[in-house]
Amino acid sequence: MPLLDVKDLSVTFSRRGQRTVRAVDGVSFAVEAGEVVGLVGESGCGKSVTSLALMGLLPKQKGVTIGGSAMFGDTDLLQTDERSMRDIRGRDVAMIFQDPLSSLNPVVPIGIQVTEVLTRHRGLTGEAARKEAVELLNRVGIPDPSRRLKEYPHQLSGGMRQRALIAMAVACAPKLLIADEPTTALDVTIQAQILELLRELVRESGTALIMITHDLGVVAGMCDKVNVLYAGRVIESARRKPLFADPRHPYTNGLLGSVPRLDSGKGERLHAIRGSVRDVLPWPDGCAFAPRCDQRVEACVGEPPALVEDIHRHAYRCVNPESRTAEVPS
Amino acid sequence: MTETLVEVDDLKVHFPIKRGVFLDRVVGHVKAVDGVDLRIAKGQTYGLVGESGCGKSTLGRALLQLTPPTGGRVNFDGTELTTLPAKQLRSMRRRMQMIFQDPMSSLDPRQNVESILTEGLQAHGLGGDRTERRKIIAKALDAVGLPQWALSRYPHEFSGGQRQRIGIARAVVLNPDLIVADEPVSALDVSIQAQVINLLEELQEELGLTYLVIAHDLAVVRHISDTVGVMYLGALVEEAPSDDIYRTPLHPYTRALMSAVPVPDPEVEDRRERILLAGDLPSPANPPSGCRFHTRCPWAQPTRCGTERPELRVVGTGAHRVACHFVEQIESGEIRPHTVKAEVIADGAGSKDAHGALETALETPGGPGI
Ligand SMILES: Nc1ncnc2c1ncn2[C@@H]1O[C@H](COP(=O)(O)OP(=O)(O)OP(=O)(O)O)[C@@H](O)[C@H]1O
Ligand SMILES: Nc1ncnc2c1ncn2[C@@H]1O[C@H](COP(=O)(O)OP(=O)(O)OP(=O)(O)O)[C@@H](O)[C@H]1O
Ligand code: SF4
Ligand SMILES: [Mg+2]
Ligand SMILES: [Mg+2]
Repeated sequence: MPLLDVKDLSVTFSRRGQRTVRAVDGVSFAVEAGEVVGLVGESGCGKSVTSLALMGLLPKQKGVTIGGSAMFGDTDLLQTDERSMRDIRGRDVAMIFQDPLSSLNPVVPIGIQVTEVLTRHRGLTGEAARKEAVELLNRVGIPDPSRRLKEYPHQLSGGMRQRALIAMAVACAPKLLIADEPTTALDVTIQAQILELLRELVRESGTALIMITHDLGVVAGMCDKVNVLYAGRVIESARRKPLFADPRHPYTNGLLGSVPRLDSGKGERLHAIRGSVRDVLPWPDGCAFAPRCDQRVEACVGEPPALVEDIHRHAYRCVNPESRTAEVPS
Repeated sequence: MTETLVEVDDLKVHFPIKRGVFLDRVVGHVKAVDGVDLRIAKGQTYGLVGESGCGKSTLGRALLQLTPPTGGRVNFDGTELTTLPAKQLRSMRRRMQMIFQDPMSSLDPRQNVESILTEGLQAHGLGGDRTERRKIIAKALDAVGLPQWALSRYPHEFSGGQRQRIGIARAVVLNPDLIVADEPVSALDVSIQAQVINLLEELQEELGLTYLVIAHDLAVVRHISDTVGVMYLGALVEEAPSDDIYRTPLHPYTRALMSAVPVPDPEVEDRRERILLAGDLPSPANPPSGCRFHTRCPWAQPTRCGTERPELRVVGTGAHRVACHFVEQIESGEIRPHTVKAEVIADGAGSKDAHGALETALETPGGPGI
């Protein structure tokens, strides 16, 4: 049984006077223990909403409808009440965000924020909690940790803040960590440090990681499995190497062609995808990507393409996929 | 040799750091740009890369005289800009245009596209009568791939990529020689980035434009540029033809930067060696002595690196310039990399607010993983 099994997750926002937004539209994926699973896609495709739904962090108000299931052991995260969810968050499942400043309390020193987590979930207090906090900051590579404990979030650099947040997230050795664009706001040399830290955590403590990113390079270097999202649905999912060697969905293929690579120079035109994510077809009317797709045939419009899975568990939602190009390593 | 359009010589921009109740005391300077020399050849693209706060935007603005330089010279097609009287500078401006990262904040939301494009023409007394102007505008719109009906629309009615096209149209409508593009694609989704990069390349071929492209994304810069300059804390540390900098990065910082860029190819990612730099970027208000990179450099030596500032000098075949005392020995393997102690930089490196001083130096677990 997988550690986390998400089935048919959907999230709809409807507000009076506004168009209903189906932000997540039947997303399914699984995460095995100790595995790194990527959710990748361009802005607005539903990555953050997916993770917030799993963490029980979407506003509980009229107009927000969540459907499907997310089994974490015997618990369905989507059916858990707020009190139990608070116990699960931080202890079993933790999350880090793009902007660490927004998830740290600006008026409370880092040390107190870390020890609070330790007290809440592990019952550590006083000197024991302080020692463990120092140990944690040290582990995530914050120099001079006992001194940092007294500092406020704004006194740390962006990279150090993200480390502090990771320290809090891993304080209770959660089984699952969800990272939503954890390095997008950071410089590339600092990003490399944080990605290395996350790799180390996964390797050493066996924490599973859901890595949310729009950066295909990050995916290529980190993830065991990848799910590509478009307009709220998973349109392709595969293990890392087959996905990059042999993308079957035209959108995945297009994304790969769009990224300038360090090893391609001037004069080699990028293969851009035409139009923008605004040009979508609603899923019930056909493939949402059809208006931008070069592979489009008649069958693309009319009803949504089904998810097809080949013998290598490489799945794609397309009626006219890109032809296989490579002998696939698995 | 190609003709030079822009020649920058020892350019400096130092911003005063003010303190006191009335901000009337100058307690120091942020040396945002501190002695940069570079040349941009006609019809070519010069790409400027570096991490946040290293002075890329300031250099671009100072080159266009939008920020007054503290020192140095900027020669544009034979005219010295730093001493040019305001009136002549104003008319020179038509020939040097700028494109920004966030097209939304640089476009007036109350102006429709037609009026955005007309404004520059009128300011420079171009385009004659109304019909003539309309023709010029229609052509610019066409060149950037926007439909004619866009003219009557407002910026918020467009997607991010289309807004960037409007920003580009506003620049090309004036028929400039030089375009300084500051992070032109970094706010865009990858599929849209590719469209805009392709558009910039097409326009260059059609109109013979010269570009200075500023970006923090090394892959973008490498893709679009003929020559690449790498900046670190206010100065160029390396400059070379784009292919050379990719194939044989020589400066330790460029090597680290290059090895840190994620490549969308699992085979490459699994094989590559990463040079992880320890610690944060130092503050430009309080840059390290000697070689500004010596506090993070895995190859730094006890002599010279901490005391003597290396000049940007030609290494090898002439077109490659590097500012490192020991580049030859590093290249030959005579000097080996070592672990570096991470320094803590108080308060967000690269953030636009107060820059604190650096304090302690301590061993970080997992220093450079080489
Ligand atoms: N609270 C909300 N109310 C209404 N619509 C919302 C809300 N939150 C998100 N959405 C919409 O849901 C869609 C998915 O948003 P989401 O934040 O998950 O995108 P994302 O993939 O994380 O994008 P990005 O890469 O920009 O972070 C978007 O169209 C967004 O506008
Ligand atoms: N008007 C100003 N007054 C004072 N300091 C400034 C001013 N403009 C820029 N700086 C400082 O100069 C340094 C260089 O800034 P600049 O914006 O040129 O960097 P950059 O390389 O463009 O960074 P980014 O990648 O974040 O855009 C920074 O430390 C910045 O805080
Ligand atoms: S001069 Fe010294 S510190 Fe600077 S890059 Fe070269 S070896 Fe490193
Ligand atoms: Mg998001
Ligand atoms: Mg800038």
